[in-house]
Amino acid sequence: MKTIIQHLAFGLLGLSVSVTAVAGPEEDRKAFQNFYENRFPDTPVNDYQNGVYSILPSAREQWQSIEEFPPYELSVEAGEKLFHSKFANGKSLADCFGSNGAVREKYPHWDKARGMVVTMERAINECREANAEKPYGLKKGKIADVSAYMSFNSRGQKVNVVIPSDDSRALAAYEDGKEHFYTKRGQLNFACADCHMYTAGALYRADTTSPGLGHATSWPVFRSKWQEMGTLHRRFGGCHKNIRANPFKAQGSEYSNLEYFVSYMSNGLEFNGPAARK
Amino acid sequence: MDRRSVIKAAGIFTAAATAFLAMPRWAFAAYSQKAFKQKASIDALQNLYGSSATTVSDKITLKAPDIAENGAVVPLEVITDLKADSIAILIEKNPSPLAIKADIPSGTQGLLKTRCRMGKTTNVMAVVESGGKLYTASKEVKVTIGGCGG
Amino acid sequence: MSTIRIKAKERNGLVSVKSLMKHPMETGLRKDKSGKKIPEHWIQDVVAEANGNRVFSVAFNTSISKDPYLAFAYTGKKGDVLRISWKDSAGKTDSAETMVK
Repeated sequence: MKTIIQHLAFGLLGLSVSVTAVAGPEEDRKAFQNFYENRFPDTPVNDYQNGVYSILPSAREQWQSIEEFPPYELSVEAGEKLFHSKFANGKSLADCFGSNGAVREKYPHWDKARGMVVTMERAINECREANAEKPYGLKKGKIADVSAYMSFNSRGQKVNVVIPSDDSRALAAYEDGKEHFYTKRGQLNFACADCHMYTAGALYRADTTSPGLGHATSWPVFRSKWQEMGTLHRRFGGCHKNIRANPFKAQGSEYSNLEYFVSYMSNGLEFNGPAARK
Repeated sequence: MDRRSVIKAAGIFTAAATAFLAMPRWAFAAYSQKAFKQKASIDALQNLYGSSATTVSDKITLKAPDIAENGAVVPLEVITDLKADSIAILIEKNPSPLAIKADIPSGTQGLLKTRCRMGKTTNVMAVVESGGKLYTASKEVKVTIGGCGG
Repeated sequence: MSTIRIKAKERNGLVSVKSLMKHPMETGLRKDKSGKKIPEHWIQDVVAEANGNRVFSVAFNTSISKDPYLAFAYTGKKGDVLRISWKDSAGKTDSAETMVK
């Protein structure tokens, strides 16, 4: 147990960093949530996990019809099989993630040893590689099925991203993700915040933009447009292409840090993946 | 062990492995090339029912979105108070409008739910065959593409 | 492993059935990356039986979405053995059974 003096000493040493480390992200998160609560006063906070369906009744109805027997259930089943199938060495993903893979709440997290953000998809592949198996592709197919299975079993867990105060690189990654969210890019010169925050709920041609709050809770997603499951980083890439910006690599530092920031903003909301979306 | 208790033990029993068990006792009879390949609703009805004379009925509820979120997956629901012998759905602007036809034995509700594809904004018509007559309910469903959702 | 998933629940003498069938439902209008048409291949017929008695039969056209969803309701009871079978345009068939809850 640290003594008060030790706490103070630590605080003094990293004063400039620790002050922002303690105050920054939490203040950001509260301001972020407040923004949406003001913009959509009729939407309960815990409904933001449902994306655009939390703010658009006509779309919500269609989504509810689809939820009667959602297409992602097939993916969850496929994921269950993959999760429990044995590697060449006799082990399986269950050895890394427990018998039902209900570990969604652990991701994304800051890996101190390696100085990077680790997402659940990255962890799945690292488990495979640690057992001499080839990693899955990162955007669709098996990675999405396994993630769907694990997310399904984790439903109800709360988003609880931690930015450890004893590693300034973690805060830097958060800040990097935050900057990404607010930076205009691409031919259309849009920032994530433009569509998903300042004008969330507005009509862009035939699409209503979803609120950024709750963005990271429902992945992986069965998108009607894809006619299959896809991961969050697949969607990040798709969004970039939509605004005619060069997409970044799935599970690269850009999207991992973006996921870190976006997830932190949704701290306190429930994980409700996998989900069906348009 | 008789079949019923095997099923009880198994929970979900799939008969796919044994070919003869996989075929239902009643032959698959509903699909008819002629009706389903017709390019116009009126011809589809004529081929399916031998008549295209229909009456609009308020005893049929066709639940369909005003604007489809995605044309590949549009939830549709038909429910009727009429004593239905069959329910069909026609999606007028689709290459072949007749999308689905369900035969309703007695003891089964006049209810049909499914998810359809629509290529463009179109009229959707539910047709209920009851007492030898055809009754309908229609709704326009808007289909848009090329939004910023990609 | 069957392509058919069934959820069947009885309430007040009415069994509500929801099913999802894994099938590409190719319309024959799509082209692959090389520009070649992907041949049509879709579920054409579906039959549902409860305790061996036909309770629903339906024909699909290619307008039915991939991994078709089908829901209906019939007068029945808990413990009914509900079987759903399909036949597709290639002549393939599949079947699955469940007990009504």
